[in-house]
Amino acid sequence: MGETMIAELIETIVKALVDHPEEVRVTEHMDGNKLVYQLSVHSIDMGKVIGKQGRVAKAIRTVVNAAGAHNNKQIALEIV
Amino acid sequence: MKQTTVTGKTVEEAVSAALIELQASREEVEIHVLEEAKRGFFGFGGKQATVAVSLKEKDPVAYAIAFLQEVTEQMGVPVTISLQESSEDIALQLAGEKIAILIGKRGQTLNALQYLTNLAVNQYSDHYVRISLDAENYRQRRQESLERLALHTAQKVAATLKAVALEPMPSNERKIIHLALRTNQRIETTSEGVEPFRKVLIRPKRIKN
Repeated sequence: MGETMIAELIETIVKALVDHPEEVRVTEHMDGNKLVYQLSVHSIDMGKVIGKQGRVAKAIRTVVNAAGAHNNKQIALEIV
Repeated sequence: MKQTTVTGKTVEEAVSAALIELQASREEVEIHVLEEAKRGFFGFGGKQATVAVSLKEKDPVAYAIAFLQEVTEQMGVPVTISLQESSEDIALQLAGEKIAILIGKRGQTLNALQYLTNLAVNQYSDHYVRISLDAENYRQRRQESLERLALHTAQKVAATLKAVALEPMPSNERKIIHLALRTNQRIETTSEGVEPFRKVLIRPKRIKN
């Protein structure tokens, strides 16, 4: 069974969606028992990672949460 | 398609700068020299080289498979991906040990992966490519259970003459319900509400005189 790599997972997905993959940054910190990931992208790409009515952000969160749940981790993804 | 036009002292320099800008290797791009560099006299009248460099289109299927392979590996759920040839669209089938994690509750993880894969592929493609994802025939099984639900609910509506709203569903699932009941004479179906809470309403057909 493979290891879950949440930060890398977020980077892989987001880099595939944006025009400026070189400016995709993901940082990780703990908040209580929750793992919090902060994602930042080039300002031009903001719309691409959020999407209409947050559809893209929701899809990214769904995938990330599935990966976290299978490792019994609570995950929050913040887009800053 | 991504492309850029760059000038430099030599063609070589301009191309190198363009590759850095596009974050690509030489094999991934097409290069057109728009203007060769010319040396002037005593620093006058010289011309810089201008090149147009564009990313070659990637094969969408290979790209989709590579993307999914990396994503599922990093999720900790490695899978094998196979291509199912069909005339209408590109269908990828996922198989592996912990496939339920990739399907998720009511297929929501599978749908999210499908949506993101389509966005990723179309980020690099000139023409629109549509890719559908399935895992262990989940979509087939879901279709069958939606059809059962549709017939069962239609019977109830016809018997009680009271409309019933189904739970919210994505558009492809609503379509399955509408199609399953299209020929039913006693009831009619409509979709109501706003995405992502849009749902199918099954109601008794009004009797026309």
